[in-house]
This record gives sequence, structure tokens and C-alpha cells, in this order.
Amino acid sequence: MIHNQTMIEQRPAPSSSVGAIAWLRTNLFNGPINTIFTLIGLYILYLLVVPTVQWAFINADWVGTTRDDCSREGACWVFINARLTQFIYGLYPSEEIWRANIVFAMFFTLIGWLAIPKLPFKRWVAIFALVVFPVLSFILLYGGYFDLPQVPTHRWGGLMLTLLLATVGMVGALPIGIVLALGRRSNMPIVKSFCVVFIEFWRGVPLITVLFMASVMLPLFLPSEMNVDRLVRALIGLTLFQSAYMAEVIRGGLQAIPKGQEEAAAALGMTYWKRMGLIILPQALKMMIPGIVNTFISLFKDTTLVMIIGLFDLLGIVQAALADSRWLGFSLEGYVFAAFMFWIFCFSMSRYSQYLERKLHTGHKR
Amino acid sequence: MSVRPNARPVGQKPPFWRDRAKRALIFQCLLIAAVIAFLFYIVGNVQDNLSSRGITTGFGFLSNTAGFGIVQSLIDYSSQSTYGRTFFVGLLNTLLVGGLGVIAATLIGFIVGIARLSPNWLIAKLAAAYIETFRNIPLLLQIFFWYFAVLRALPSARESLAFGEAVFLNVRGLYLPEPLFESGFGLIPVTFVVAISASIALVIWAKRRQEATGQRIPAYWISFALIFGLPLLVMLVTGVPITWEMPELRGFNFRGGITVIPEFLALWFALSIYTASFIAEIVRSGIQAISHGQTEAAQALSLPRNLVLRLVVIPQALRVIIPPLTSQYLNLIKNSSLATAIGYPDLVSVFAGTTLNQTGQAIEVIAMTMAVYLTISLLVSMFMNWFNARVALVER
Repeated sequence: MIHNQTMIEQRPAPSSSVGAIAWLRTNLFNGPINTIFTLIGLYILYLLVVPTVQWAFINADWVGTTRDDCSREGACWVFINARLTQFIYGLYPSEEIWRANIVFAMFFTLIGWLAIPKLPFKRWVAIFALVVFPVLSFILLYGGYFDLPQVPTHRWGGLMLTLLLATVGMVGALPIGIVLALGRRSNMPIVKSFCVVFIEFWRGVPLITVLFMASVMLPLFLPSEMNVDRLVRALIGLTLFQSAYMAEVIRGGLQAIPKGQEEAAAALGMTYWKRMGLIILPQALKMMIPGIVNTFISLFKDTTLVMIIGLFDLLGIVQAALADSRWLGFSLEGYVFAAFMFWIFCFSMSRYSQYLERKLHTGHKR
Repeated sequence: MSVRPNARPVGQKPPFWRDRAKRALIFQCLLIAAVIAFLFYIVGNVQDNLSSRGITTGFGFLSNTAGFGIVQSLIDYSSQSTYGRTFFVGLLNTLLVGGLGVIAATLIGFIVGIARLSPNWLIAKLAAAYIETFRNIPLLLQIFFWYFAVLRALPSARESLAFGEAVFLNVRGLYLPEPLFESGFGLIPVTFVVAISASIALVIWAKRRQEATGQRIPAYWISFALIFGLPLLVMLVTGVPITWEMPELRGFNFRGGITVIPEFLALWFALSIYTASFIAEIVRSGIQAISHGQTEAAQALSLPRNLVLRLVVIPQALRVIIPPLTSQYLNLIKNSSLATAIGYPDLVSVFAGTTLNQTGQAIEVIAMTMAVYLTISLLVSMFMNWFNARVALVER
């Protein structure tokens, strides 16, 4: 068959069903109720965004060194600028800050290396991060070796202390959490009940009472000649508290592994620790990573509580700076800065955890 | 098959470290021994430390006079009251902020969670922005923000923000009119109780009737009208036996009415807004967890839209929502202990703070405080287990 007639030109879709107008119609203005909601939403947005932008950017003061440089009615970011070193390093001596910088650089490099899936040598980097890095950063931060002057822990503070508390609490909690989770699933009644009581105790009390306990009761529990540093006391409290939450995340991961896996390993004659270490935990840990990241986020936010027992983490040092008589009346700027810092860290971590969840959403989900 | 040279002769028992039951027994005995040794070590140290500091143990201090005032108490309290009474004042204040926080967080959380799923792009994005903002900022920072940056920046009593000559907001707090109940008021709570019992009876009867005849009556609407309408009717009939005491500016401060201290407001706002962002996510995931097939199947049975929601979607979504929701409630109550940072007189602030500092009875005070929170968590987890057992899917 031969078609010798010419086809009619293809016409573009009507302008009401493609492009921006169609999108607006389907997503914002379909029906009277939706239109009202959209208008209310736009009004809320207007109420929130316009004053915020004016305060934070248009009417703000950015440059200067003293309070007198803040002459406009908007935000006074000069205050943050003037205090930035303190907010990041606490009262760390300024000539020693390079040491903290090295630790920061190593920390972020290691985290980045472990977080980006494409980079090689994950295992060696992880071993370095868990074994060599803590020792190295302790030597660098605390000093006392290799002619480095000692910096006592009460001078540590700011973002550095927040990251330190969160990381040490996390790394310390992971092994305890694994042991507790395995114990809770054990067949031995005494081991099981011990683990249940331990986990439920720490999960049942607020972190602040744990920190009070660590700072008030721990000195009573130890021989009087033993004097534990305040930072170490806070770390012990945080780690024990966190390990209980970690144990529950790990238990959840262990429960997701089909029973056949362990039975197959037992059929091959593997011992308990081989079954756990070679078969169950590697599979379970992979699935637990999002949960672990989520507990890390909550720990990261919870580290702010240490200011109540007198440590100067990021929030603590901001709060202290707000009480400075030369800079009174800038609490909004201080809190917005601290909130922004915390938000950046927590938001990127939660996005990473969502990404992992999608990536690991393979085999086991049925 | 060759016999290994070191194989055991038949009939001989394996050594005890190869016997799983014996190994478990030994391991558990070791664990108990370790725990007991640890406890002995701690108790010994505590006794040494306490005797060197001259502190006597025991709960006798609870009947001593406290000697400090508390800004907000739900029961009678003065500085002449005992430490035991400060404990109850603190506990009630914790429960007050916890209870009101749970209500507010649930309301905001459900609204935002449903808005997150709205087909309206702008509303969904606004809800998402709310969730992502408040979830990722530490609670303590939010409490400080509301307390120091918002409520502390309010005008003084003379320049209060007034809402209709009845509600005033200034740097010292929120002033509300206080209802004063007159003689005939006792009837209203009685009517309320009667209305509730009648509604329960009605719902049970309606259910039986539906099972027997298949006919439905709008029992929930009728009971709603009963519970709210009947007391209102009685109130109108008895001539509204309530007068309102208005707050009035006298000198530098307001007198009369109810005063809500700014510490309470800051804590309540921060707790509700923070927890609501988590509840919103729980609600969203709970609703999304119900597969679309359920809705379609219900529609195929020609159930009307409101019944599809009430009989099919919501009961299934609640099964997913309630367990994490209760743990959020628990978190909220535990987080209310952050009150101590801004001086709201909750349990941790007045008891584990002031009382502990004055008496030095660290062990007793911390143990009592922890016991309160542990009891609350145990009660909630008991409820959760009961609920889970009740709604668990019965699978084949």
C-alpha cells in the first residue's frame, strides 16, 4: 500500500496541559479547596520569608570587629565573626590551634572516605580510623608527648568538643551495643535478663539524669584517690546511654536475618563466635547502617546537654558568649548560628542515611 | 572413612568445655560473680566516700524543711514545706508539661503529617520544611531560643501585649482570666460523667444492634453531642455559674487571673514543636504503609469514602503509627527534664538540682528521680505490649 497523501503536521499539546501552567493547575489550583490552601500557604511563606531575609541579609551588618559596627536594625553577624574561633575550638590556646586543625582535617577526610562508596581500601581506612586515629588525635589534642604543650580538657570546647563527644560516644557504644544485643538474644536466662535490665534501664531514664549521675555519683563510686576528668565522666555517661539505644538498633538488624542463615552456618560446624562474626553480623550490620546513622544524629543533638554539667560544647560556648557584657542583646544571632551549624550536620547525615536506605534496599526486604 | 587418631573412644564423655549446657552454666555463674564483685566494690567505695564527707545515707532527709520557694506548684507549697513535698511538686510539674506537650505535639504532628501527603505541592513542601527544620536542631537549643530570644525579649508589664483586655503577654509570663466556680457548678461535672457513661452504653448497644440487624446508627456523633451538649445545656439552665477573674495591672505587675510562667511556655513550645516533627514523620509513614490495594478493595465493595478511611485505612495505619508514637510520647516526657536548663521547676530541676545541692544526698535523690522516669517508661511499654498483642496481625 502506498500512502501518497501527506500526514497533517503534528500539533503541540494544548498549552493548558503541558509546561508551567499545567503544573500549577494540577499541583496548586485544582479545585476551590486546593486554591484556598495554596493562597494560605503563600501567605504563610510571605510572613516567614520576607522578615527573615530582611533581618538576616538585607539589613544585616557583616563586617567589623566591635559592637559599634552594628548600626543597622538587622542581624549583627559581626558578633559571630568576632567569636568564630571560640565557637569552633572553645578556649583552646590560639598558638596550638593548628593541632586541632590537623585532627579536624583527618576526621573529615576519614569520614568522607568511608562515606563515599566508590573509594577503595575501605577496610584499611576503617581500621586506621578506629585504631590509629583516636590515639593520634588524643596525642595532638591533649599534648604532653613530643614536646607538644599540654592542653587540659577544660580548655576544649565549641564544635570540636561536640564532634569529639559524639564520635567517642558512638565508637564506644558500638561494641558494647553489639555485646548487649547478642546477649539479649541469647538462650542463657541470666545473661539475657542482665542485658534486658541494662538496656531498659538506660533507655528508661533521661540523658540529663545520666549526666547528673556521671558527674555527681561516679566520684562516689570510685576510690577517693581516683580523680576522673569531667570530660571523661561525661563520655562514660554518654557511651553507656548510647550503647543501650545502639543495642536495640543492632537487635533489630539481627532479627531481620532469616533463621536459615544461622542454621546453615551451624550445620557447617561453625562455633557461636564464628557464626556471628562471619555470617550474621556482616549481613546484619549492613542493614543496620541507616539505623546507626539515625542514632548518631540523635546523639549528636544530645551532646548539647553536657553544658548542663559545665562543659562548653558548641551550644554551651554560644550561651557563654551571649552573657558577655560587651555583646549583650545578640542572643538571636547566636542561636541562629548554632542552629545552622547543627542543622547542616544533622540534615546532611539524615540525607546520607536515606540514600543508604535506598541503596541497601535490596535482597532482604520481602 | 578413616578414624582420626585423636578421636575419643566411644562411650567417653566429652570434656566439660565442649558441653554447651555446662559451658553456659559456667559462663552465667561467672557473670553473676562479676556483677556481685562490681557491686561490692562500688558499695564499699560509696561507704568510704560518704563517711569521709560526713553524709548519712537514708531517706530521712525527705521530712526536713526545704527552705526554698518554687515559682510554680500545683499543690500547696511554701518554703516551710518538706523535701518530700518538693518531690511531689516537681513530679506534678513534670507531668503537667509532659501531658500538655503530648496533646499539643499530637495535634501539630498529625496536621503536619497529613499536610506532608497533601496533593497540594506548596502545602506538602511547607510541611516537609517544618519537619526537616525542627527535627535537625537540638531540643535544648530550641528551648533556649524560645526562652531567651523570644519570651525574654517581650515588653515589660506596663507595655504588655494585650489580647482583648483579657489575655496579656509580657516578659513575666502569660496572664489568663481565671474561672471562679459558683455554688451551682457541682452539677456540671456530674452531668459530664453521666453523658460519658451514656455514650459508652450507646456505642455498645449500637454495635450489638449492627451485628444483629446490619443497621448502623451514627453512635459516635450522638455521643459527641451528648458529651459536649449535655453539660452545656445544664450550664445554661443553671444560669452559667462561672465568673471570670480578669488579670489587672496594679503597679508594676498583673494581679488576679492565672499566671503562666515564661519558663513553662518556652519548654512547652519547644517540646511540642520538636516532638511534633517526629510525630509528623510517623504519621506520614504510617499512612503510606497501607497499600493502595486496600483502599481500592474497599471502594470496590462500594464503601463510601468516609467509611473507607474509618474502617479500612485508619485502623491499619494506627497499628503502624501507635508503637513509635508512644515511644515519642515517652521521649517527650524524658526530654521535659531539660527544664532544668531554663529553671522551670520540674522534677530534675527542683529535686535532682536544688534538693541535691542542699542535702548532698546524691544517691537517694538520683535514684528516686530515675525511679520516677523508669516507672513511667515501664508503664508505657506495658501499654505498648498490650496494644501490640491486641492489634497484631493474626497470620496463618
